[in-house]
Amino acid sequence: MNQNVIQIRWHGRGGQGAITAAKIIANTAFVSGYTGVVMAPTFGTERRGAPVLTSLKISRGKIYDLSPITEPDIVVVLDHLLVEEANVVSGLKPGGLMIINTPRTPADYPFPGITVATADVTTIAAQVGLPPGIVNTGIIGAFARAAGLLDIEDLARAIEVEFTGKKPKRNAKSAKVTYDQTIIGGQ
Amino acid sequence: MKEKPFGYRKSHSEPGPGDGGRTGSWRVRRPVIDLEKCIPAKRNKPACFTCWVFCPDNVISRTIPPVIDYQYCKGCEICAEECPAHAITMVDETIFIKE
Amino acid sequence: MHIIESGNVAAAHGVKLARAQVIAAYPITPQTPLTEKLSEFVEAGEMKAQYIPVESEHSALSVCIAASSTGARAFTATSANGLLYMVEQLHWAAGARLPIVMCVVNRGIGAPWTVWNDHQDAMSQRDAGWIQIYCADHQQIIDTVIQAYYLAETVSIPVMVCYDGYILSHTYMPFELTDPEKIDAFLPPYKPAYALDPAHPANLNTVTLPDIRPDIRGHMAPGYMEIRHDLHVDLRRAIGVTADIDEKFSAAFGRGGNPFLEPYRCDDADVIAVCLGSLSYQLRDVVDALRNEGIAVGVAGVRLYRPFPDQAVVDLLAGRKAVIVFEKALSYGNQGALYGDIKAALYPCTDRPAAHNYILGLGGREIQTSQLLEALRTSCKTPDAIGDDPVWLGLKM
Repeated sequence: MNQNVIQIRWHGRGGQGAITAAKIIANTAFVSGYTGVVMAPTFGTERRGAPVLTSLKISRGKIYDLSPITEPDIVVVLDHLLVEEANVVSGLKPGGLMIINTPRTPADYPFPGITVATADVTTIAAQVGLPPGIVNTGIIGAFARAAGLLDIEDLARAIEVEFTGKKPKRNAKSAKVTYDQTIIGGQ
Repeated sequence: MKEKPFGYRKSHSEPGPGDGGRTGSWRVRRPVIDLEKCIPAKRNKPACFTCWVFCPDNVISRTIPPVIDYQYCKGCEICAEECPAHAITMVDETIFIKE
Repeated sequence: MHIIESGNVAAAHGVKLARAQVIAAYPITPQTPLTEKLSEFVEAGEMKAQYIPVESEHSALSVCIAASSTGARAFTATSANGLLYMVEQLHWAAGARLPIVMCVVNRGIGAPWTVWNDHQDAMSQRDAGWIQIYCADHQQIIDTVIQAYYLAETVSIPVMVCYDGYILSHTYMPFELTDPEKIDAFLPPYKPAYALDPAHPANLNTVTLPDIRPDIRGHMAPGYMEIRHDLHVDLRRAIGVTADIDEKFSAAFGRGGNPFLEPYRCDDADVIAVCLGSLSYQLRDVVDALRNEGIAVGVAGVRLYRPFPDQAVVDLLAGRKAVIVFEKALSYGNQGALYGDIKAALYPCTDRPAAHNYILGLGGREIQTSQLLEALRTSCKTPDAIGDDPVWLGLKM
């Protein structure tokens, strides 16, 4: 039924910029040959700090099914506190990938049958000179490294475009440094 | 099969704690009351209670001293803004998170 | 040039390319980002239009009625309860024969209160005399807004461009932004047959008596019934005009080609699923899965809903084993609204198919592809087992 649609679910908090991160990846995926791209935020009332989901589907062909992701291939968690709070692994396919912004390492997240990749995006972002809490660009670097679908240089360029006038170089650097420092666990 | 009475179900909601979940987790900063500045605390008398009046979610108690329920406080900062004694400061939540 | 943006932004670009001159709107979820984008275009000088903030949807459409009456290309947008707030003006605009284009970002109606998608809002106004077109993706949204002005101004009837709240309005996907010069070559400026003119004062749509009577010059003037009959006749004629405009658009831009129904794998289908909006695209995956099981099924999305393209419906459905109508609205106390329209169109056919009706997705109730698969499979395998009453898909208690 699914014509090779890669389904990525993002867990974040309102105001954290999960949508922007997903958008940057969507744009880069599109110009990299994934002509099918669909990105959807949580539908409904919005509030800074409240847990939110963003769904991103990418495919080589047009995507017709816009319904919510039930079995993601990849889950990205922008705030490690959500791992306890929201059921972030719900539906994650066996052999799937989870990417977490956390100071911990993959060994601390023993989910059977799933590859966990971690990066301390919060710290890296502060180190490259971003205001506290700006993790949505760094997480793109972790995604690039762990998922291996898109080129980090393309993504860094897309970040600079999206963040024109809002510290584009530092945001791109956050992604690149995170790319280098992402730890991918064994299964 | 017994039929249900006409209009037996409604979509009414009654106020009560927790209907929106553990909304305290939404906070980025939390209000902390300095009891040396807080008027009812200082005077040990029912007085002021402006924070209780303004809190949109009723998580501050009308007691001496006022107590904030951090399970549900969303960190909207209205109490800190309205306190006439400037007794409430907003403190970064990360300080309180125990790893 | 392709951009990846939300359905609301696609609509805003359509309005911009169509060179709307007066925009009056009131915010309502999930339409708000559309009008916000338009206000940004106007503020930045990218659109030469008057953006008039109003205090209600009733006023929004009133402003459009006034602007359109003076010969300006007018636009507004709304959803659900906002549409209902302007209902008397909705009927007015149609009776006044004004070529206003309005985007309705489909959302369920209170009570109970909801902000999520279903089709009850536009559906409840299908008898108002507006043209209603439903879009299945963002490319259709931007293209339909442009064609809507062409259509509205040709037949002097307002057009409602409908698309699913949240599912399309807030979801991002790629679509093409056509070169404005090419759009200008396709869509001519608005040249009304009549426009309010201070030099020649007149009362528009004044009290019109039941009977015909002579006007000030001694000519017989139409009564209320004649005016309303004209609206109906012109709506029926608009079916052909819709096809003509679609053909012109396809020739110019290479997109379109399905002005009434958008079919998928219907040619050799025994059973055809029918619905409005983005759901028809979601059903494509379901059709593919059932085809892999050896079931000859297809799906058709209805684009032009009012006027109802009954001939196209008959051409597609007569002779099939069954038609399965999925809908996100109903005529309460009777059956699904689209279901009734389809059955009525098929009534004269001796070889009409069995018909099933599924009600789903009300108030944004999630529609899982697996649910659609099970329902459609059941309908295909046992076409006679399902009666005439609507089956509600997705009820939980």
